[in-house]
Amino acid sequence: MSADNSHASATSAVAADVSGGGPVSDAALVAASETKVTRRARRLRQGMQNPWASLAAVIIAVLWTIPTVGLLVTSFRPEADIDRSGWWTIVTNPNFTLDNYEQALFGGGNNLATYFVNSIVITLPSVVIPISIALLAAYAFAWIPFKGRDVLFVAIFALQIVPIQVTLIPLLTQYVNWGIGRSFWPVWLSHTMFALPLAIFLLHNFMKEIPASLVEAARVDGAGHVKIFFRVLLPLLVPAIASFAIFQFLWVWNDLLVSLTFAGGRAAVAPLTVRLAEMVGTRGGDWFLLSAGAFIAMIVPMIVFLSLQRYFVRGLLAGSVKG
Amino acid sequence: MSETTHNRINADTLHDGSSGTYLPVKGTVTTMATVTYDKASRIYPGTERPAVDQLDLHIEDGEFLVLVGPSGCGKSTSLRMLAGLEDVNGGRILIGDKDVTHIQPKDRDIAMVFQNYALYPHMTVADNMGFALKIAGTPKADIRARVEEAAKILDLTEYLDRKPKALSGGQRQRVAMGRAIVRQPQVFLMDEPLSNLDAKLRVQTRTQIASLQRRLGVTTVYVTHDQTEALTMGDRIAVLKDGLLQQVGTPRDMYDTPANVFVAGFIGSPAMNLGTFKVNGGFAEVGPARIPVSRAAIAALGAEDNGKITLGFRPESLDVVSQAEASAFPVEVNIVEELGSDAFVYGTLKGSLADADVHSGAGDNQVIVRIDPRNVPAKGERIFVAIRPGEEHLFGAGSGLRLPA
Repeated sequence: MSADNSHASATSAVAADVSGGGPVSDAALVAASETKVTRRARRLRQGMQNPWASLAAVIIAVLWTIPTVGLLVTSFRPEADIDRSGWWTIVTNPNFTLDNYEQALFGGGNNLATYFVNSIVITLPSVVIPISIALLAAYAFAWIPFKGRDVLFVAIFALQIVPIQVTLIPLLTQYVNWGIGRSFWPVWLSHTMFALPLAIFLLHNFMKEIPASLVEAARVDGAGHVKIFFRVLLPLLVPAIASFAIFQFLWVWNDLLVSLTFAGGRAAVAPLTVRLAEMVGTRGGDWFLLSAGAFIAMIVPMIVFLSLQRYFVRGLLAGSVKG
Repeated sequence: MSETTHNRINADTLHDGSSGTYLPVKGTVTTMATVTYDKASRIYPGTERPAVDQLDLHIEDGEFLVLVGPSGCGKSTSLRMLAGLEDVNGGRILIGDKDVTHIQPKDRDIAMVFQNYALYPHMTVADNMGFALKIAGTPKADIRARVEEAAKILDLTEYLDRKPKALSGGQRQRVAMGRAIVRQPQVFLMDEPLSNLDAKLRVQTRTQIASLQRRLGVTTVYVTHDQTEALTMGDRIAVLKDGLLQQVGTPRDMYDTPANVFVAGFIGSPAMNLGTFKVNGGFAEVGPARIPVSRAAIAALGAEDNGKITLGFRPESLDVVSQAEASAFPVEVNIVEELGSDAFVYGTLKGSLADADVHSGAGDNQVIVRIDPRNVPAKGERIFVAIRPGEEHLFGAGSGLRLPA
């Protein structure tokens, strides 16, 4: 849009210059200052118009999407049709139904709705808790000097190299000893533990990128740690928090290993992924339920991603300090 | 703290009659906002040499003091010690009668303008300026009034609702100033606030800041590496080098009677010419020229000076004379720099002076001479110059300290 505008005004300016001939008009000056922008816009447009590049992109996109489309179509076909023919036959024989979704969500033994709620109950705290803790830790590591800070920071990040699988059995033993083995707590705590090292590292790096003079200005302005954290740093960290939140959300929502280990045993706490895995394993034949279930599981990450996407704003620090 | 603030508001006596502002106009202020460095030292962890070494400095209430020196001299560190952003490892710092050595920045009643402005990017100009007051719990209406008042002074009224990114460099700088003056603090601290502006704007803003400070009458400590800024803005100047205070005084003092060779070479533009010569029978032997040296100066020479003195002479203290004159010495013209109002000859000493130990702002073995801009010599020409009597500066060659005239 803006590229179009500048392009238009640049061309008109050039036209004016050509027709006017003699005096160097303001428009010509404008044109001179805008040529760089227009040139870049033109190059970009040319790049996007390259037919071969476009074709390659379209082919890749289609290939990539076909299995998902197949699953989506299958989830809307009647059980009998699924058993008898492939999903592509809908072209000649369109026959759709919502029964699969109804059955998957509310049908007798396959009450996905419960697992859906479980997934949400597991995911939200597993995102909020590590981010809250990591923000505080990252602030301390970035802005409060204390003895052994660097060693501690490296040590925390080094925890990344411990494979999750190694920790599962000892953790489970502890949870059972503490008597919380049958609640949501094992899953929440485990996800928090596994997320913290990376979260602290990432948020610390973002915090460090904020110019030190900004924090110092706030200190001189009378702000203590709490006010610096909430009034100055937090608003500037929104993009960092949003991006980490998205990754953590997707990771927890799609996680099977952790939830299977710590919450897999009982329907009261098991999330969608565990149920879906069971459906594949124990009722491999129920394609109509499996496809619908997969899409029910997919819809939430999609919504989360699209709604948090707008926080990916760059240049939030613009104008703060002279570069 | 809030008591002080109210005193300042009530002290709005408008004795200069020029403004209707209720920002602090110099008047009967009950608290004396003097600043005292009492042997204050700062040693960075892991270093041997102090960044600031036993700084002793007293700044009067309402005074504009400029800390100046080459980069790494400890001037910014000194300022940050006063701000509370840097630990004090030895000695004390007092604001008024209050020892602030170990108290938090927020409890010092100071405002600071940073080199890179450090504006809060997510807040509007108005919020930036009112941030400190908001944190102090000032009522909203008061904040708005004070922000608008400051904005009027700084010509920022129409930008109050903009974010910093929508402002030009000069406007951002003014917002940073505004953030400080809205506070009505006891002391302003400014850390090279002009170094990010272009040359023209820097000169304009320089005078604006100086006159604003005179009008508000708030004690100000200003850090710069630019000696022109120091000379033009400061009531007094403090020159630092390697963490050590070299000299404190009015711009005139610094220019007329530099305490040592470093200050002599640092203050003044173009810099002073400094040469080391032998003293013989009451005269310094500058090649063919013999410059009389007072008896007091010779008596003050120590063993480390080895019978030599360092002679300093400013470019404007040299006259072009004829070869016949007793105190004339030859200079070969390398470049002539014409500035319109002035012209400067950058030249090399010639004759028996060719290997003399002379240096100036232009480099070793170079001297700078101010000459009549209407009558400039050609490149390569040899001219004879003499130091105007009484305008030379004498320093011990070894100690570098000023000798009595």
